[in-house]
Amino acid sequence: MATRKSNTLKLKFDTSWSYAPAPESKSAATINKQYDLFINGAWQKPSSKKYFDTINPANEEKLSEVAEANEADVNKAVVAARNAYEKVWRKMSAKERAKYIFRIARMVQEKARELAIIESLDGGKPIRESRDFDVPTAANHFFYYAGWADKLEYAFPNRNPQSLGVAGQIIPWNFPLLMAAWKIAPALATGNTVVLKPAETTPLSALKLAEIIQESDLPPGVVNIITGAGATGAAIVKHPDINKIAFTGSTEVGKIIQKAIAGTHKKATLELGGKAANIIFEDAPLDQAVEGVINGIFFNQGHVCCAGSRLYVQESVAKQVIKKLKDRLESLIVGDPLDKNTDIGAINSKQQLETIHKYLKIGKQEGAEMYETSCALPRKGFWCRPTLFTNVAQSNRIAQEEIFGPVLAVLTFRTEDEVIEKANNTPYGLSAGVWTDKGSKIFNMTRRMRAGVVWANTFNKFDPTSPFGGYKESGFGREGGLHGLLPYLNLAN
Amino acid sequence: MAVARSKTIVSDFSLSPHIDQVGVEERASRFTKRSIKKESKLNGLLLTLNMIDLTTLEGKDTDGKVKQLCYKAMHPYDAIQGLPTVAAVCVYPSMVKVAKKALDGSGIKVASVATAFPRGQAPRDVKIRDTKYAVANGADEVDMVISRGKFHAGEYNFVFDEIASIKEACGEARLKVILETGELGTYDKVRRASDIAMHAGADFIKTSTGKIQPAATMPVTLVMLEAIREFYYKTGKMIGMKPAGGISKSKLALHYLVMLKETLGEDWMNNHWFRFGASSLANDVLMQIVKEKTGLYQAANYFSVD
Repeated sequence: MATRKSNTLKLKFDTSWSYAPAPESKSAATINKQYDLFINGAWQKPSSKKYFDTINPANEEKLSEVAEANEADVNKAVVAARNAYEKVWRKMSAKERAKYIFRIARMVQEKARELAIIESLDGGKPIRESRDFDVPTAANHFFYYAGWADKLEYAFPNRNPQSLGVAGQIIPWNFPLLMAAWKIAPALATGNTVVLKPAETTPLSALKLAEIIQESDLPPGVVNIITGAGATGAAIVKHPDINKIAFTGSTEVGKIIQKAIAGTHKKATLELGGKAANIIFEDAPLDQAVEGVINGIFFNQGHVCCAGSRLYVQESVAKQVIKKLKDRLESLIVGDPLDKNTDIGAINSKQQLETIHKYLKIGKQEGAEMYETSCALPRKGFWCRPTLFTNVAQSNRIAQEEIFGPVLAVLTFRTEDEVIEKANNTPYGLSAGVWTDKGSKIFNMTRRMRAGVVWANTFNKFDPTSPFGGYKESGFGREGGLHGLLPYLNLAN
Repeated sequence: MAVARSKTIVSDFSLSPHIDQVGVEERASRFTKRSIKKESKLNGLLLTLNMIDLTTLEGKDTDGKVKQLCYKAMHPYDAIQGLPTVAAVCVYPSMVKVAKKALDGSGIKVASVATAFPRGQAPRDVKIRDTKYAVANGADEVDMVISRGKFHAGEYNFVFDEIASIKEACGEARLKVILETGELGTYDKVRRASDIAMHAGADFIKTSTGKIQPAATMPVTLVMLEAIREFYYKTGKMIGMKPAGGISKSKLALHYLVMLKETLGEDWMNNHWFRFGASSLANDVLMQIVKEKTGLYQAANYFSVD
């Protein structure tokens, strides 16, 4: 009988039976050598004449080069969108509009495998996630909003819902295709036209979506997709003929945008950073809570604005929870994003990896205990082991600032009032999680949490029918659900 | 080894941890996303074959049937050299002697169900005699059933004492405690029954008799594996796990191995600590092994039916 002292007990997850590599085939995706700008239904050369590389963060190899749009290109795209809006899209019956959106949804499904591979190649996320989450959820958003297009009168009865015009949309690098779907689908359903800019490190899935849109025969100019970095985004924000700005990204840039559009007629929705509290009470189903915490912070390498990056554990179960977390960390597989067994892929960019490293250093300096898994990392590319900090104080920077990486800060608490105060003690307010077996506690907690989304006994669940968005410095406006139509409409009072 | 000597303070079993149904089912389905290919598939299949308790538990069982099954246990597929044998042959107490003789020298264990299997509706002294009879005839392992009625009635001490007394009757034989999870209704109760069984002296906990649907499922097995993990951390004592019933395909068996690997790890990845209770699984595993070795699927007729 194997009996040892329990404080030395350790489970060995590095087993003699291991998983052979199971890579998804790259050849199932077509990536062009070079991409131009998708304006007015056609691929147009950039007037900047400049192109920039987009690389695979898992091996730093160049995947393709994409055009850099300057102010003149942005203007061209906005003019195309304005023409399409005035001459075609706003006049088209809502039922017809819905058919196009529905068609795009179907085509995203048909090309799901290719889109998933591109997403993982360009962004570094594991194929299991792009295949099972990003792409299907993106298709679902198109399906869902296709259904709303001819029912706006019923969504807002007696309010005479009217489209706004041209929407400028700027999306981040963490969920490139999904964010494009979140932005484009409601805009089209409400009768607006679109100029969309994907992030400079992850433009390829949005460009593949442009090909799909072209193939779908959507009238030229209704959706324009242009690539570039911050300056291109700024040109969109500043363009006088844009009626609405939809932005998802950092709080820092969000503030710049809000300043830039102050005093104009432009409507805006901003979905910004977060530092979500995930709260485990002693009466929670601990094994499932631990699983939820793991998914809450390590999903997409922690590049998730609503990631559960602050874990609050009731002190009576803290030791047990931390042990379970460490065991679970050991079974996470870090490596090739295209391998079907990979749980944690590559960090999206060198810049982001440097940010994460900076915070790891800060955490250690602040006296928190760092624990990372022992897994080997590939030599090339940008990688970070899943990491957790224990012994963290509320005043530590790693507990206050958004790290946007696979790093969890673990804090403890004693009472409900204490944890609510601590959880709300942040400039952000995007999401939160509560783990308890007691229903009344869930309702008490969720009512007092200042966060746009509060999950109970689960985390990171998304559905097109459910609105998403933040409080405070996490932004304003809602995307998804019936609420997601509002930012794209003018309503009569 | 008797429970009375255990220094662990026996807990109030009504306080066993609660299980979130949605969460545990999600986690269980995540294991099925692992892609098992090439050498890891072959190695997994060989391990699976070696973990099988080849089972016949029928009213119409005869000496002849049991002998044939034992031969199959020792020689699963002689067309391929060097295959492992199964772990054990599982029979009724009346067939233990026959099986013991047939398996003599093979290293394959004889497991016997006992305690008025499968319903367990008999007085304790009958159950103890049933157990002693099996052990006296040479059973290396005893698969008992818990009194589910008493469990549902909240009489946890009764269930605990019964397991402890059967453990005592087992002597040197290892005791597998069947919870019959299909009759327990919730994951909370599966966890509670697991805790009772382990504290009362079980060497193995086992999901099902195979006579009730649903039998073994991945979430139920996960709840039990997590109970084993916690018990191990608390006491330092390893407990074995045997999902039984409903696992008839290799692919599903490999998913169970993934779950075992990622929940308990290396020390449990052998047939001393993990078993599959199954009868038809062996042939599907053999068919897959042949396919991995030759690249071709053989028709079912190439594999002996027992």
